[in-house]
Amino acid sequence: MRRAGVVALNTFREAVRDRVLYSLVFFALLMMAAAVAVGQISIGIEQTVIVSLGLSAISVIGVLISVFIGVALVSKEMDKRTLYALLAKPVRRWEFLLGKFGGLVLTLAVNTAAMALGLLLVMLYVKHSLERSDAVVLVAVYFILLKLALIVALALLFSCFTTPLLAILFTVGLYIVGLYVQELRDLPVEVMSPAMAAFTKWLSHLLPNFENFNVMAMAAHGRAVPGALILQNTLYAVVYCTIVLTAAAVVFSRRNLK
Amino acid sequence: MQGSAIEIENLTKEYPFGFLHLKKKASLEGLNMQVETGEVFGFIGPNGAGKSTTIKLLMRLIFPTAGSARILGKPISDVEMHREIGYLPEQPYFYDYLTAAEMLDYFARFQDLTAADRKDRVQRMLKKVGLDTAHKIQLRKYSKGMLQRVGLAQAILHDPKVVILDEPMSGLDPLGRREVRDIILELKRDGKTVMFSTHILSDAEMLCDRVGVIVGGRLRGVGAPGTLVDIKSQGMEILFELRGASNAPLLSKATRTGACYRLHVAEEELYAAIEQLRGAGARILSVSQVKATLEEFFLNLVEADRAQAAAVEVSGK
Repeated sequence: MRRAGVVALNTFREAVRDRVLYSLVFFALLMMAAAVAVGQISIGIEQTVIVSLGLSAISVIGVLISVFIGVALVSKEMDKRTLYALLAKPVRRWEFLLGKFGGLVLTLAVNTAAMALGLLLVMLYVKHSLERSDAVVLVAVYFILLKLALIVALALLFSCFTTPLLAILFTVGLYIVGLYVQELRDLPVEVMSPAMAAFTKWLSHLLPNFENFNVMAMAAHGRAVPGALILQNTLYAVVYCTIVLTAAAVVFSRRNLK
Repeated sequence: MQGSAIEIENLTKEYPFGFLHLKKKASLEGLNMQVETGEVFGFIGPNGAGKSTTIKLLMRLIFPTAGSARILGKPISDVEMHREIGYLPEQPYFYDYLTAAEMLDYFARFQDLTAADRKDRVQRMLKKVGLDTAHKIQLRKYSKGMLQRVGLAQAILHDPKVVILDEPMSGLDPLGRREVRDIILELKRDGKTVMFSTHILSDAEMLCDRVGVIVGGRLRGVGAPGTLVDIKSQGMEILFELRGASNAPLLSKATRTGACYRLHVAEEELYAAIEQLRGAGARILSVSQVKATLEEFFLNLVEADRAQAAAVEVSGK
């Protein structure tokens, strides 16, 4: 695990020195500015508009970073052959993967925290004070981070066995499908054959349920998120990430580097 | 010598190709080889011969179709054994956002060294490879030769017992090549085992206790550079100068280089040739025995391999 930590810190350093990351943070700050502007013309619903826009910006920026940098985590190392010297050291391939995952999640955590802080400052600027109920925004940001960790794990898995372009397509595709898992579960089983109903049910449990992590509406209206949901989402993300990363490690441990 | 540092048994690597990956092409065929402890072993062959494939297999970057290998008596799958190995990849490329010192420190962290030890080793290595004045520059600004040096530094940073270098002279100017040669000789003096691949035969002849010649994925010979080739005399070479014009018949067989002529004759014809040249007014500068070089041995193998491949292709058609 110590070796995975070394890889993670280097991945974090790489991301920090990456100018793309800075430009995305700049974009997020721009979104916050837009939120302020919109908030000023939305009389009486400033908080709703600002929180919705702010959380959406944090989510979109995070998803972009997770997909594009997540796919590049391994594929770039293989393309540029920076991996060669590293894997000749006493490092197991799964430790390398775990380190890469940990490094990007750490980057996203810092990035998301900075954006969340920006959002809270904007809220303070508009409302002139923050209330205890505003803490729900932090829960929503935490859920976004869990979602991003799951996306990074999926991007990492796909990049272990396919080209970067296909890995991006697969990750984005699965993310979009994952937003509609609840609809899949709610399909009327009466109109389906028993086999189809069983398959749909099985598929809805297999696919990652990203909608679970969306509490944007609750946060926008200042409604508290139940503690049970926080625990459930945390466990879901941890278990799902573990399964996906284990699959990635199995695939990557057998992969011939070019 | 105290036994084998690297033992390779029947190592084979096949790559699938074709639309459905049903066909297979062997990149390495049943390689059996040992590198003895404390020796400098040169792995020579033309491009695509299987040198890098062998090294990548040893470094578990790719996996064998068949066969096995051991380093320091342990299977190559043993990750902890890699503490005792240093590896320089071919045309190394490192994290370009790091400085040389940062990169070396990063790799040193996998070796369980203390912070003070890491700092000390990094400084020493940078000095050793001549990069101590460039250690604060990001690697993206390094030339190919500088990257090769920093690659060499990361390979020997942790004082490994076995050092495996894939084309270590590649991309280096004559000065850089000499520095790498000096480092290899220093490693040998320190009792390390060094295996390096190259297609620069003079480097192999100069540095290696033994060489292995690989062509077309098959090992064609292993031994000391002098014993690999046919050491029987292949005739005599006479170097001479000529004053004025002459129509001596032997002159038509000589090769002119500047003011000098070289004449290749059979050993039994040497004295007659010298008399004839002296009679024609030539001044004999030197007489030397012609022996096959490692290069000729190597080229003969490559040409035979190509001829065989062409014959197979023709018979296939």
